[in-house]
Amino acid sequence: MQKYSDYELEQKSVRYRIALLKYIKRANAGHTGGDLSCTDILNVLYNEVLNVSPGNFSDPNRDRYIQSKGHSVEALYVVLADKGFFPERDLETMCRYKSPYVGHPTRKVRGIEFNTGALGHGLSISTGIALAGKKDQLPYRVFTLLGDGELAEGSNWEAAMLAAHYKLDNLVAILDHNTLQITGRNSEVCNPYPIEEKWKAFGWNVVHTDGHNFAELRKVLNETPTVPGKPNFVIAHTVKGKGVSFMEDIKKWHHRVPADEEFEQAINELKVQLNENY
Amino acid sequence: MKITDKLIKGKANLEIYSETLIELGLSDKDVLAVTSDSRGSGKLVPFAEKLPEQIVEIGIAEQNLVGVAAGLASTGKKVFATSPGCFLATRSLEQIKNDVAYSNYPVTLVGISSGVSYGALGSTHHSIHDVAVLRAIHNLTIVVPADNFEAREAVKAAAAFDKPVYLKFGKKNMPHLHSGDEVFEIGKAFTIVDGSDVAFIACGETVAPAFEAAQKLHENGISVRVVSMHTLKPLDTDAILKAARECKAIVTVEEHSISGGLGEACASTILEAGLFLPFKRVGIPDEETVAGSQVEIFEHYGITGEGLCNTALKLLNLS
Repeated sequence: MQKYSDYELEQKSVRYRIALLKYIKRANAGHTGGDLSCTDILNVLYNEVLNVSPGNFSDPNRDRYIQSKGHSVEALYVVLADKGFFPERDLETMCRYKSPYVGHPTRKVRGIEFNTGALGHGLSISTGIALAGKKDQLPYRVFTLLGDGELAEGSNWEAAMLAAHYKLDNLVAILDHNTLQITGRNSEVCNPYPIEEKWKAFGWNVVHTDGHNFAELRKVLNETPTVPGKPNFVIAHTVKGKGVSFMEDIKKWHHRVPADEEFEQAINELKVQLNENY
Repeated sequence: MKITDKLIKGKANLEIYSETLIELGLSDKDVLAVTSDSRGSGKLVPFAEKLPEQIVEIGIAEQNLVGVAAGLASTGKKVFATSPGCFLATRSLEQIKNDVAYSNYPVTLVGISSGVSYGALGSTHHSIHDVAVLRAIHNLTIVVPADNFEAREAVKAAAAFDKPVYLKFGKKNMPHLHSGDEVFEIGKAFTIVDGSDVAFIACGETVAPAFEAAQKLHENGISVRVVSMHTLKPLDTDAILKAARECKAIVTVEEHSISGGLGEACASTILEAGLFLPFKRVGIPDEETVAGSQVEIFEHYGITGEGLCNTALKLLNLS
């Protein structure tokens, strides 16, 4: 069931982007480009798809979200704060001495299921959770978010083979496909293409979506499983640095913290899109 | 035990693992054996036959084995991720560190055919590094049972424990070192026999040869203590320091590299307490391990009743 209009989600994303930039600037650390590329995906997941809330976080029937690309944690933190898992002002301590809000997800932060950050872990973990759901005949679904550079990690392909073997159609892996990694274009670092054919060959149902189109994301993520017995691979076409003109599709913004003037310009660009009525 | 007791051969600790897991699995459907094409070497075929819904085959993919195990454990399953120690401890090291220990899900990692159990298969199949690397990982308990009693109790304790555990089992039939009335507790060593001239602090399949050495030394009028340090982490520092205060010399014995294992753990405990006494680590030295069966490798490196007897005599300046 649709909870928010596309416009309401768009407004949420603007606020998330402003917040995550603010906390990255304050912490003087963060993975700016990847945060901005997956913000809309996380927005749709937590506001339209996952049956996860602070009230049901220990319910065995809750959906699970495992962020395999753990470095985009700032986007996850602001979305979790918006969902009421913790007060957003807690993020003022991000990356500070003794803060639980470190630069990759940890279970010390309410709302986080697994400590991730080393790449190539989320899909195996999610496969285990999805397998338990099948064994216990529980209705939950398991979502994991992978980076496209992360596809070079061999453990992903071990999990891909197993998830198809066990017909885990309750598993949804979303690829944040912004085509950039820290060194440059995926195709120049270690060519991951053809991505669709690889996952199909491993026995997965593969769909494409615009990773910044709320209607498409809502439809695709809510519709799974679309093919009984097949795990789902959603290639979300995104733009690294999305929402800030001078950051979009530029590799240096992988983990660059904006300088003062850059920060001001970025916030101003985003604030122009804000409608105070939402 | 009494120092004069004759050792009576039991089963392989791996067999005890399998039997105990069947008992646990029959009474709790959440007990799962997770394997990497390793049910045969893990003696888990009977488990698979009796409890087919409770074995999860991963295929030959140890990283995935541990990641999937962590996912299963996060839903409340009691997972025994079972794979040869040589592959489990290092092929899956990052998954052990992050998905299990750092994320704090109570997976029991079971390193089978460990140490030099695979003998002449060569160093690819030896796990004489597992304790060293895993000791450095926070929130991971390490248990290396010496005999069938310790093996059974360790499996039961791991199943009931709410933290991650690494269990290490060999393939060889082990003699009984306990009457069966003792109380097994993770982190609490057993004194198999008490004595005050020299202490053998050993673990796993080296406790039995340490006991045999103690018998030989006893025949020569030397009073020997044998400690089964089944838990390598957390270490029973009280038992180590007691031995250091009450005995004249200490020999540590392990089926492991002498780098980073039981011996170094004991040495640092003793030194940090300000104690000093004759001390010798016996294990696999830092060299390419000699080719041969487990028995031959043990003989080569002096991990036998006779070899350990000679080491103790030398340390006591009696040879």
